[in-house]
Amino acid sequence: MSSGGETVHAGATHHPELRHHFESMAGQHEASAFGMWVFIAQEILFFGGMLTAYAIYRNLFYDAFAAGSHHLDVKLGTVNTAVLICSSLTMALGVHAAALGKRKATALFLLLTIVLGSVFLGIKVVEYKDKFEHHLVPGAHYSAESLRGAHGEELPADTARHSEIFFALYFSLTGLHALHMIIGVPIIAYMAWQAWRGRFGPAYYTPVEITGLYWHFVDIVWIFLFPLLYLIPHHA
Amino acid sequence: MPEHEPDTNAIDKGQGRAHRVEELHDHVVPIGVYVAVFLALLVGTGLTVGASYMDLGIWNTPVAMLIAVTKASLVVFFFMHLKYSPKLFWLSMAAAVFFLVLLLTGTGSDYVARVFLNLGNPGT
Amino acid sequence: MSTEPGGVPAPYGRPGAPPPPPERPGTALRERANYLSAGYGVKSWLLTTDHKRIALLYLVSITVMFAIGGIFATLIRLELITPQGDMVQSETYNKLFTMHGIIMVFFFLIPSIPAVLGNFLIPIMIGAKDLAFPRLNLLSWYVYVVGAVFTLYAMITGGVDTGWTFYVPYSTHYSNTKVVLTGLGIFINGFSSILTGLNFIVTIHKMRAPGMTWFRLPLFVWSHYATSLIMILGTPVIAVTVLMVALERGLHLGIFDPALGGDPILFQHLFWFYSHPAVYIMILPSMGVISELVAAFSRKTVFGYSFVAVSSLAIAMLGFLVWGHHMFVSGQSVYAGLVFSGLSYLVAIPSAIKVFNWTATLYKGSISLDTPMLYVIGFLGLFTIGGLTGLFLAATGLDVHVTDTYFVVAHFHYIMVGGAIMGYLGGIHYWWPKISGRLYPEGWGRIAAIIVFVGFNLTFFPQFVLGYLGMPRRYHYYPEEFQVLNVLSSAGASILAVGYLLPLVYLTWSMRYGRRASANPWGARGLEWEIESPPPTENFLVQPIVTDKTFQYGAEEEAVIV
Repeated sequence: MSSGGETVHAGATHHPELRHHFESMAGQHEASAFGMWVFIAQEILFFGGMLTAYAIYRNLFYDAFAAGSHHLDVKLGTVNTAVLICSSLTMALGVHAAALGKRKATALFLLLTIVLGSVFLGIKVVEYKDKFEHHLVPGAHYSAESLRGAHGEELPADTARHSEIFFALYFSLTGLHALHMIIGVPIIAYMAWQAWRGRFGPAYYTPVEITGLYWHFVDIVWIFLFPLLYLIPHHA
Repeated sequence: MPEHEPDTNAIDKGQGRAHRVEELHDHVVPIGVYVAVFLALLVGTGLTVGASYMDLGIWNTPVAMLIAVTKASLVVFFFMHLKYSPKLFWLSMAAAVFFLVLLLTGTGSDYVARVFLNLGNPGT
Repeated sequence: MSTEPGGVPAPYGRPGAPPPPPERPGTALRERANYLSAGYGVKSWLLTTDHKRIALLYLVSITVMFAIGGIFATLIRLELITPQGDMVQSETYNKLFTMHGIIMVFFFLIPSIPAVLGNFLIPIMIGAKDLAFPRLNLLSWYVYVVGAVFTLYAMITGGVDTGWTFYVPYSTHYSNTKVVLTGLGIFINGFSSILTGLNFIVTIHKMRAPGMTWFRLPLFVWSHYATSLIMILGTPVIAVTVLMVALERGLHLGIFDPALGGDPILFQHLFWFYSHPAVYIMILPSMGVISELVAAFSRKTVFGYSFVAVSSLAIAMLGFLVWGHHMFVSGQSVYAGLVFSGLSYLVAIPSAIKVFNWTATLYKGSISLDTPMLYVIGFLGLFTIGGLTGLFLAATGLDVHVTDTYFVVAHFHYIMVGGAIMGYLGGIHYWWPKISGRLYPEGWGRIAAIIVFVGFNLTFFPQFVLGYLGMPRRYHYYPEEFQVLNVLSSAGASILAVGYLLPLVYLTWSMRYGRRASANPWGARGLEWEIESPPPTENFLVQPIVTDKTFQYGAEEEAVIV
């Protein structure tokens, strides 16, 4: 049976960031990291559902998918992939700096991550504009006129129809991915601000670490989207 | 989030208070590892672009996916510290991937039977 | 049943149970500081991070949603009293059964036990002060409320008529109702589910008290762990599927559009990949409740504890392999159907193991037929019938005959209502003294349980017959010869409604006038029974250390099964 109202303390002063229901900073850190990994597990299934639709249709309508993919700008896509990989590096270096208590370096790396992420989004805007101009946005004004087959020919009617599904998935997948980046940027900005104020150090850098986990995951999604959307080879 | 004196470094150095300094990570990944992974990722990107211009027949897609999985693994194990994390975290990723594969193959099997092998349904 | 002065029956006069504390008439609340008294006022509730208060926030919200879903059910059963579709138009009837399904599935059954009893009990049962992420827990509730508001707003401004399964292309192209808005509400609500599951998984892994090994965990915790796995792995798939439907309908991103070559069956694969495991989200927590109750009211630990624990994981795992049994007649390949049928038989096995083990627990137990136990016994019978009829449906040959008939409706209501809701009510009654610090009137509890059981069977058993005879579901007019059975069903529904209203009344009554509860009014075992009723905010004043003795019901009472 519980005794009368005395709360037992560990004796030492608690770290100001230690929450009342955790016994130690290490326990709190591990639980928080685990929580973010579980969230990432869920995200894998989230994107995975859409990728399943993609996988089925790619196999059903390969030529249409190849034609659609061929229209996408591989150069821009490659640049964007490189930009995102750089942002992952700066993010990892930001977490590293936070764990060592280097507040200025942390803030700097996190800001660089935001800049690179913004470059990615800017390039995406350019790409989306191109789709609008070529009537490749699914809906009433969709037209497969600007798409070409393996040998530069215009697409047969069925393939033209199916190509609209490719672009529906293109916009859905990249749009969902971009949304995740748009959500991530303000979070990183908040972390940069808190790092600047000296909130993080070797005993507490959990928020930066789990922000990093989120951002790296967003990078991983793009690592898959890039070849799947931009690099579908034509088959003879 | 509660406002507080942001002098965490002072607390960590134990200045002025009897306080046990806690370290969270035994392992801080050296920067060199990060840079090496970064370069590998860029190389992988170049490889996947190059491979897409080669005609490997039905192997194009598996090769692209293999490269993507390798790149993703580098990010997961090093940037995301999974290599240095408890095995429980590995298990959570394995579980997610397993169920995604289940979704893909389960759904895919219907299409393989119906469309690609044209097994269809009896009487059709 | 003996009575105390004042005519209130003394419900817990079993040997070994402590006597209830004497009530002093006229005194104000004289109780030690507990989570209920730790702050009055709206802010202390709406900004709480205490898992126990959040559980009560959920209790209120899901009761409201249950009432709304129940109103739709009432309208449906009223319409079905007569063979003609004379009470509402067909389009309206489509909206009635759609909203009934959406609210009951997404806003009542899926959150109910985890969000109320799970939130309240899991930290206490494992010896922790709170869940791993208390603020995330509060966010889960707010997300639930926002999702509910969106969905109810869609309902008020026109409703949805696609069926809760919102199959394409009807939902994407042909329906003229608030599909996107409702879908948004369901999508948002999905995140509430995901965050709750995330919280439970991390908590159960990382916050167990010293000595609380995995195989000492209460079976309630095991079942919620398995449920949380499904929540994490399954919910995102339906989230993205609803999103794709909304994108197709709203932005014309035609992923399922047959005109473009899209395949409606692909939608069904994605939909049921979650929605089948979802039914295990709805039943596993209830099974966890039953495990606790059957032990407490037989005064025996559950027979075959480790089998029951692992069977929860097995159900979660196997539940992901069988979704195609909802698609036998959809146009899916018959060979896929064959595989899904066989796997569906497999998933019945761990459920059966649980039923056998609970029954074996009763054998030579010291049974007391208090209200929670009545719900347990009802569960055992009704869940068994529901589960067996599920196997009927898993047989493709029979399924072709009864699919989309009232046979299916009866089957899943036996599980969802006869199973899940009975478990929920049993759990609410069992832990009510712990949650509220009050005893409910046991006589009324038993009466309500019996009314629920009778009403339920009268409502849904005729539906098995109706379905077998060929009455299709989702129709509001039917051939004359089905009327008698429909009238029986509607009569049963009115009795069932009384059975549900009674606890609402007497539980609310007990919060003010009920006898005060001691820490362990049932004489049960478990960490939650070692702290006060109601518990202090931090649950435990001293860190509990768990040993084998924590959960034993006394060695001399353990029966030997020969």
